[in-house]
Amino acid sequence: MASTLNLTLRVWRQDGPDDTGRFDTIEAPGIKDDMSFLEMLDVVNERLIEAGREPITFDHDCREGICGTCSLMIDGQAHGPQRGTATCQLHMRRFADGQTITVEPWRATAFPVIKDLMVDRSALDRIVEAGGYITAETGGAPDANLIPVPKPVADAAFDAAACIQCGACVAACPNGAANLFTAAKVAHLNLLPQGEAERYSRVENMVDVMEDHFGSCTNHGECEAACPKKISIDYIALMNKDYLRAKFKNRRYLSRNP
Amino acid sequence: MSDITLDSKIPPGPVAEKWTTYKFERKLVNPANRRRYEIIVVGTGLAGAAAAATLGEQGYRVKAFTFHDSPRRAHSIAAQGGINAAKNYKGDGDSIYRLFYDTVKGGDFRSREANVYRLAEESVNIIDQAVAQGVPFAREYGGLLDNRSFGGAQVSRTFYARGQTGQQLLLAAYQQMARQVGRGQVELYNRTELIDVVVVDGRAAGIVVRDLITGEITSHSAHAVILATGGYANAFYLSTNAMASNVTAAWRAHRRGALFANPCYTQIHPTCIPQSDDFQSKLTLMSESLRNDGRIWVPQDPGDERPPAQIPEADRDYYLERIYPSFGNLAPRDIASRAAKRAVDSGRGVGPLKNGVYLDFADAIGRLGEDTIRERYGNLFEMYERITDEDPYATPMRIYPAPHYTMGGLWVDYELMTTVPGLYAAGEANFSDHGANRLGASALMQGLADGYFVLPNTVSNYLAPLLGTQPVPTDHPGFRQAEQEARERFGRFLSIGGTRSPDHFHQRLGRIMWDYCGMERTREGLEKALSEIPALHEEFRRDLRVVGDGQRLNQTLEKAGRVDDFFELAQLMCRDALEREESCGGHFRSEHQTADGEAERDDEHFAYVAAWEWTGQPGAAQLHKEDLEFENVHLAVRSYK
Ligand SMILES: Cc1cc2nc3c(=O)[nH]c(=O)nc-3n(C[C@H](O)[C@H](O)[C@H](O)COP(=O)(O)OP(=O)(O)OC[C@H]3O[C@@H](n4cnc5c(N)ncnc54)[C@H](O)[C@@H]3O)c2cc1C
Ligand code: FES
Repeated sequence: MASTLNLTLRVWRQDGPDDTGRFDTIEAPGIKDDMSFLEMLDVVNERLIEAGREPITFDHDCREGICGTCSLMIDGQAHGPQRGTATCQLHMRRFADGQTITVEPWRATAFPVIKDLMVDRSALDRIVEAGGYITAETGGAPDANLIPVPKPVADAAFDAAACIQCGACVAACPNGAANLFTAAKVAHLNLLPQGEAERYSRVENMVDVMEDHFGSCTNHGECEAACPKKISIDYIALMNKDYLRAKFKNRRYLSRNP
Repeated sequence: MSDITLDSKIPPGPVAEKWTTYKFERKLVNPANRRRYEIIVVGTGLAGAAAAATLGEQGYRVKAFTFHDSPRRAHSIAAQGGINAAKNYKGDGDSIYRLFYDTVKGGDFRSREANVYRLAEESVNIIDQAVAQGVPFAREYGGLLDNRSFGGAQVSRTFYARGQTGQQLLLAAYQQMARQVGRGQVELYNRTELIDVVVVDGRAAGIVVRDLITGEITSHSAHAVILATGGYANAFYLSTNAMASNVTAAWRAHRRGALFANPCYTQIHPTCIPQSDDFQSKLTLMSESLRNDGRIWVPQDPGDERPPAQIPEADRDYYLERIYPSFGNLAPRDIASRAAKRAVDSGRGVGPLKNGVYLDFADAIGRLGEDTIRERYGNLFEMYERITDEDPYATPMRIYPAPHYTMGGLWVDYELMTTVPGLYAAGEANFSDHGANRLGASALMQGLADGYFVLPNTVSNYLAPLLGTQPVPTDHPGFRQAEQEARERFGRFLSIGGTRSPDHFHQRLGRIMWDYCGMERTREGLEKALSEIPALHEEFRRDLRVVGDGQRLNQTLEKAGRVDDFFELAQLMCRDALEREESCGGHFRSEHQTADGEAERDDEHFAYVAAWEWTGQPGAAQLHKEDLEFENVHLAVRSYK
């Protein structure tokens, strides 16, 4: 049966990108343990509004763990204590009565804070724009069953494609690197026969843009632990291998200077 | 009020040739001239991203807008179960004609045949396109694509990507669009919300937007504007839609002259996790695909308090299998939802609040093994367990219907153009293809057909004669005035200084809608709703509290605008439901049912699309009718027994 928790929140408040920000202590009594973490914040926000105070700004949308919008650092862990779980899927039954919970935004150089707990993650979109696609213009596609794809290959591509682009990997990384994200994007497409033609240009372009925005990977492995979709760090090895080969083949150079 | 004549522009000829004929006869824009046109696409879900990507590829200059931080977050991402296509890869007798037939019948004979046929035709191209883009659809061990069945069909035509089909299709469309952003063909405006549509000299001239980070209100103009802004099921407050899904874009277009069609056609999805408490912020869908392997039942006896495993077969009522033997657990959504409501209303509901029915996998696990079930539905089972703290491998799921999808939307002709020339609507935002009930796995199909294949063909027909013209400049008084009105409107929300949040009002509005305009509607209830909603809207205008200001990110202010529009839409939904004195698809009027409780259509009086015109007051919309003609599918009582 549901029980009730009395909690204390230490929440990061920041008025805008240029504000230095501070922790605010907010009491959250009477929280039912079958609420989700975000429903708990909804309740807190309703109370703040009633008291005439500004509610806490945080990003969220689907509340089903699929859109990748929610993004909270809970007690120092990206998406909180439950492994393989996005913030919106985390329920209050994971917390204890009387607990103090610290809630912060993603912290990374590439993710400037917009307000309170909301950050700007558009640098991730820039990586995709650099090559995270298969060039397949509308209308010219062959029959879908023309190229059989072995099930294990399709499954491996899918495991990578499950990435929700939430940025937890970046937030968890001591260097603020986006290697797990980029590797997942690369692997999804590079593993499939349809993605083969652009395999090397893709990895090179994406990694280059990634390096413009994000820190470097030094194999801490925190990203994998924080990923709500449990995406494997092995994809980073795959990306590095393709990247090296791409450099070796130096395709871009050859194609530009025939 | 005006004397609008609704011209659906359906091409002549046999239904199977209409689209080919249209594509040949439409006006073209030469590839070299396309860069001289600007197109605004609002919304980057399946419909919007597909349209922006394809139009960008073709050489038009596209501006794409989304209130999300990234296009990939659109609500389409959450679609679980699959996408239909008449590929007949299973050789089980599927065809374009059968998909067309099933969709018209599934829609309870309230959709346009020509549109539906085109949708079925394009369905096969969507799958080819998606696979070429790298969508990792489920495959069989031989490497070919796998299919499953969905409600309302007796063939296996649903393509799926685990329980994340929408995610994978949206990622593909987003990636195609990202490619065009990288090439400079599409300019992306994220965290930017449309707050008005501007019409100049009777044509769509552009849009007014609010930058959600800075609060700045600005205008953008173009030769054509496409709205692909999703559905309005959040009018019910609790629904399976994402929290931010709203009707503002479509509603603002409606207020500027676009007719709104069939607003009362809403879909209540049969398999969602029942509500657990008042604080609940949304309802979670458990994909319809689960009905492939799950069996739905309630105890025979309302007083039966035993745990499900201890209730013997003889004391269970597998009511769908009993009432609809040929479709069984795969009966269409509207029918399955009403049956669940009746089971619960009869006192036989299960769970702590007795507000659900069982969806039981024990037989399937026994037959196929737990691994197969995990492979098919693993992520859904996990999601269920996270929310309810119950393990569906061990004990049946509890489910109940919830608002999910809206068949109604902006009225569009065959070209997907609204009644405002140059203004188009695509995806869930339009009313076009699903009649009074949408079959599972056909929204993804429609959004992608609209975006990849329909709009890129139809838009040129409008643009071609505009060659050499410039978009209306954004300092035109039409834009200035709309901006001014928007500033005043948002300023008003901030200055009311009442006591209650927008969510508070939204929740109360949702309650009224669910009680009186939900799964079963009556004249009395709808009239009640029509008197309560304006009163509550009035209270909203008096007692709303938005803390903070309009010059920075302010989520409460965003929400206030969206709720304000829901109030007006809700009245139109009730008006439409009141006017339609019949039951069809998702619209069930208790006064109109057969002796055994099935929906009773009235084709003689109601075989039309109800298209409503804004006349300045939410309660005073003017009804226009587009008569529906059925030349191929014969109007029949829709039976799934
Ligand atoms: C949980 C769930 C599961 C589903 N499963 C299936 C399924 O298995 N199969 C199936 O066929 N269908 C399914 N559906 C239905 C289907 O997902 C949707 O109908 C479809 O994805 C809608 O796509 P869309 O492109 O029309 O709109 P959306 O994906 O809703 O996109 C709307 C876009 O418009 C933008 N937008 C909206 N308003 C504004 C504004 N004012 N200013 C700026 N931008 C704006 C948003 O940012 C977003 O980018 C499901 C729906 C739900 C809720
Ligand atoms: S809100 Fe969508 S993943 Fe959490």
